[in-house]
Amino acid sequence: MNQFKRIKIAQRIVQELKQGQVVNLGVGIPTLIPDYLGEKKLVLQSENGLLGMGPTPPAAEVNMDLISASKAPITMEIGASLFDSSNSFAMIRGGHIDVAVLGVLQVDQTGEIANWAVPGQTILGVGGAMDLVAGAKEIIVATLHSSKNGEPKLVKELTFPSSGIRKADLVVSEHAVFKFEDGAMRLIEILSDISIEELKEITGAEFEYNSETTNA
Amino acid sequence: MEKLLEKEEFIKFVKNGDKLLVGGFGMSGTPLTLIDGIAASSLKNLTVVSNNLGEPGKGLGILLKEKKLNKAIGSYFTTNRDAVQAWVDGELEIELIPQGTLAEAVRCGGAGIGGFYTKTAVGTKLAEGKEERVIDGERFILEKAIKGDVSLIKAHKADHLGNLVYDHTGRNFNPVMATASKIVIAEVDEIVENGVLLPSEIVTPHVYVDYIVKSNYVKKAGVFVESV
Repeated sequence: MNQFKRIKIAQRIVQELKQGQVVNLGVGIPTLIPDYLGEKKLVLQSENGLLGMGPTPPAAEVNMDLISASKAPITMEIGASLFDSSNSFAMIRGGHIDVAVLGVLQVDQTGEIANWAVPGQTILGVGGAMDLVAGAKEIIVATLHSSKNGEPKLVKELTFPSSGIRKADLVVSEHAVFKFEDGAMRLIEILSDISIEELKEITGAEFEYNSETTNA
Repeated sequence: MEKLLEKEEFIKFVKNGDKLLVGGFGMSGTPLTLIDGIAASSLKNLTVVSNNLGEPGKGLGILLKEKKLNKAIGSYFTTNRDAVQAWVDGELEIELIPQGTLAEAVRCGGAGIGGFYTKTAVGTKLAEGKEERVIDGERFILEKAIKGDVSLIKAHKADHLGNLVYDHTGRNFNPVMATASKIVIAEVDEIVENGVLLPSEIVTPHVYVDYIVKSNYVKKAGVFVESV
């Protein structure tokens, strides 16, 4: 059931991405995006040092020194280039990546993201999360509307540690698409069979909406 | 100077308490033979600077298992549950820094730069205690450069001068780690005659590399296996 929702989110985000854009896909839902691009071609950046990432190779052609940031075997598209980690993060931090699509633990109603640590648990991994939040030209958040425990992931204020002061531009869940503008969250599309009242109930964050915004 | 060493010989360049800069992303581009050498030695109280600590009992994970490490500095330790456990038990000190900050800090360390201001991690827990400064209206934090005593790196091919080329994304942190320690030891799959590597394809010029060790490992069906 969750996989169906995750695919739906990935498919909706594909609509936001433009032909030829340079995109970095975070772990989780964003990694589903390449399967739903159809005719659209993106240039995928992998932060371990590749611009122009291609699909999974057949088992016989796997090279363990050609892997994604999730450490899965990959291939290279025509025009791909390889570089070291400092160059890769210069690309990310220097504002050369058009879009970062990120999974999150929480996003607040101003667009601030928490995607690296859970309070009360050992905090031992950050990876490239904060670099992408600080540096990508546009940030799209891909997330299920609620956590495993049924808690809203779109919240008034973050209770998980922030990933940075830079705000997301858009969040897509299985129920809705919201845009962040001038510190406010605005509903731009409903994606499921849900009323605005029901959406308000399952969303911790407060959001603005037009009365015309109905089920797509 | 001949840079090629016999496998065990390299260990004499590493001392107790040294700070080691180690290349690799997951198991890719990781100097597995050099790590095995350290694991089998009597060395202790080492600090490792590396993106992650391999996997449980694999790659740098072996050094943890053999209790060689006091401290690890890197960006992602969650995938090695041994690292998490050692930290919980108070046996391992961990310094967590964002991956891009790690790469840039080591690059600066090798380039004679003392530190740099970055937007990454501003306003987060990882910025606590770090100097903040506004430059052209944007907030930045100061990150210090990182240097090591010995760098252990992995390349695909070396010539006898120590020029290096890498295998695809096996490059990752290796070229920056190669610049930032007093002694740099490169493990390679293949050693070729001088002149075979094209000047335009060399990624790490030989000036950075002190010693070369031939790898014991080959890639087979998606894993790294020992060949000898």
